Amino acid sequence: MSLNILRQQAEAEWEAVVHPSLPQIFIGTSTCGEAAGAGRVRRAIEEKLVELGISATIHRTGCLGECWREPLVDIIKPGSPRITYHSLTPEKASELIADYLVNGLLRPDLALGVWGGGYDGLPALDTTAMLGPQKRRALRNAGIIDPENIRHYLARGGYRGLERALSLSPDEVICEIEQAGLRGRGGAGFPTAWKWRLCREAEGAPKHLICNADEGDPGAFMNRALLESDPHAVLEGMLVGAYAIGADRGYIYVREEYPLATRRLEIALEQMRDSGLLGRDILGTGLDFDIKLVRGAGAFVCGEETALIASMEGYRGLPRTRPPFPASSGLWGKPTNINNVETWAQAAYILAAGAEAFREYGTEQSKGTKTLSLAGDVRHTGLIEVPLGTALSDIIYTIGGGIPGDRSVKAVQTGGPSGGCLPASLLALPVDYESLAQAGSIMGSGSMVVMDERSCMVDIARYFLTFTEAESCGKCTPCRLGTRQMRSVLDDIVAGNGKATDLEVLAHLAQSVRKGALCGLGQSAPNPLLTTLKYFREEYEAHLDGRCPSLVCSALVHFEITTEKCAGCGVCLRVCPSEAISGGRGVKHVINQAKCTRCGQCLKACPMRFSAVGKIAGRAVREDA
Amino acid sequence: MDTPETALSALLTRFTPSRDNLIPILHVVQEAEGYLSPASMAQVAAYLGLSESEVHGVATFYASFRLKPIGKQCLKVCRGTACHVKGAGEVLAELEKKLGIKAGETTPDGAYSLETEACFGSCALAPVVVVDGRVSGRVEPAGVGELLKGENEP
Ligand SMILES: Cc1cc2nc3c(=O)[nH]c(=O)nc-3n(C[C@H](O)[C@H](O)[C@H](O)COP(=O)(O)O)c2cc1C
Ligand code: FES
Repeated sequence: MSLNILRQQAEAEWEAVVHPSLPQIFIGTSTCGEAAGAGRVRRAIEEKLVELGISATIHRTGCLGECWREPLVDIIKPGSPRITYHSLTPEKASELIADYLVNGLLRPDLALGVWGGGYDGLPALDTTAMLGPQKRRALRNAGIIDPENIRHYLARGGYRGLERALSLSPDEVICEIEQAGLRGRGGAGFPTAWKWRLCREAEGAPKHLICNADEGDPGAFMNRALLESDPHAVLEGMLVGAYAIGADRGYIYVREEYPLATRRLEIALEQMRDSGLLGRDILGTGLDFDIKLVRGAGAFVCGEETALIASMEGYRGLPRTRPPFPASSGLWGKPTNINNVETWAQAAYILAAGAEAFREYGTEQSKGTKTLSLAGDVRHTGLIEVPLGTALSDIIYTIGGGIPGDRSVKAVQTGGPSGGCLPASLLALPVDYESLAQAGSIMGSGSMVVMDERSCMVDIARYFLTFTEAESCGKCTPCRLGTRQMRSVLDDIVAGNGKATDLEVLAHLAQSVRKGALCGLGQSAPNPLLTTLKYFREEYEAHLDGRCPSLVCSALVHFEITTEKCAGCGVCLRVCPSEAISGGRGVKHVINQAKCTRCGQCLKACPMRFSAVGKIAGRAVREDA
Repeated sequence: MDTPETALSALLTRFTPSRDNLIPILHVVQEAEGYLSPASMAQVAAYLGLSESEVHGVATFYASFRLKPIGKQCLKVCRGTACHVKGAGEVLAELEKKLGIKAGETTPDGAYSLETEACFGSCALAPVVVVDGRVSGRVEPAGVGELLKGENEP
């Protein structure tokens, strides 16, 4: 079947969805939606529809990005636009079905917004706080279509990029990517067209393509959400790349922890095969290409391209020195091109929309848009896509809605374990490859974790070094031992055993590891330490003075009971596991600091109306000492 | 009756005996048997023509592979950045206290295994605990008991 016939069918099917004769209900069922209870909401809706005798079509959709207010449900009532409802529980969802579908009540209290413009007092979705400022291109279909239905993808212009690519010469395709200025979205920001050209020109056959879906940065979920929401966007990009590079085989290396993304990719690949988009003689153009899924096995270092290749070959995931680069000698020694999930989706967009359209957003050196995951101490946690060059403050305050509880931002962590912590004073920084690197962090794959004043920066540095120490593959000494040594000095500081010379030792170690490590894991492992040392040095100094100002490090805080507030109720005394609290019913309580283990049970237990227990920075002054 | 050995042989025949199938095979063996026993790893090594130490080396490199049997219910606490910032440490401490085991261990009665994970990619709902593959978001330390009740359900 040619794609034209299939697309006509697809467009007719989609038309019947967006201008339906029966109500259409869309339930967000990516991992976040499921975790928030989408399954229960779906069952409640199905039961209500049966109870009311309404026939309606239920679709699954991917991630709209408003993960903080999942479960999301969209409804299109015949003759009305598509309305998105949020934060539904099974009870609210059943009410909504009855109110809206039977009684015509729009339920503005549950509505997030309306697709394509305001409607009857409800706001247009693209004017809402989180979605409004975004430019969704890699995410063009996310949360809109059923990711398990290739016809939805086709109806919204899917595989037009491939068709356009096939009408050009491979060199012209690479030039188009070059003109667009696309840089890799997986971390290093290497120009994609260069890599493709290197691989195209490399000697050897067969040539391989790999989609890097290992997404190992803790705090990152852009690639998961994209694969769960629109797998064909990524697969189309891989076909474009296969044609441009002259590759024979493709692989997707998917993180073990992403079962839903894996399942949706399997379904998508099957549909491509059935539609003549995979296998021999694709769309009758003579292009032969197939794609195989490979499951990772839980090793962060396997996101690094040479380690990934070792893992695919069945070995321990140890990186090797480059050159040779995978473009000349990669998988099984053959020319191999590796790109990130999002890079592939952006490539498909470029071929469909043109290089000019892609360059519409971005900065001089960083073109286009970037998907980011927003998590931590920020109101609107979720998945976003914004023009490169957007200021951190716009992302955190406008799109992210600011910090819950009207606290203030202390730091934003970008780029995961390879990145750094940027202080509130740098929030005007534009998010692009160069600006974040100059500040000592990296954009990396796009994870952003916001931290308010309750996070301790020394603890965060220690957290990341614990991670990199555990994930270091052990092949090179600077990384294997350097991360351990840095972590152990940080352990001492956090435990209150820091020495005056420690900060110098840390800075020295960091430089040695950065220079001496074999791969990006080790070279960038010091970044969280170096940025916190640079921007939050006073916190380190406070720790050396015996105080954790953020009240996180338990060795450097103590608890006290304010005598005036204490009612002598005995609650804290009973929960204390160390028998460190004296007093009795009606007798004011006192903490014996020598016995106290600073577990904090008394603080939790003290009734709100008294709030007599306080957590105080610094060690206790011990009378016995 | 199939012996474990013949059951495993049947699994192995689904793969061509080439090195790049080692990790896919270990995944399938672990899914079938719950963990990688020395006997199974030896059989995999023989099938692929590798030494047992090669197979053991790969199995121990990757965090997904388990060399000990797993409890009936498996709880995985996320230790990712977002979850760390949102208090995953307390959630883990509470579970360790409730179950009387440390992360990475299984209760002596084999009822529960407690593990940690680098990130589940559900960071928007931090802190996250995954119980037998099901993601629970915004877990409160006080609410971890709810997660354990799952054992009563069929
Ligand atoms: C320790 C480490 C982990 C990495 N993890 C990933 C990852 O999870 N996903 C990814 O796309 N790239 C990751 N990379 C970068 C890859 O090595 C490679 O540069 C990238 O996949 C190239 O794709 P791009 O040019 O499209 O960005 C990692 C690099 C290092 C050093
Ligand atoms: S940080 Fe816990 S799910 Fe990502």
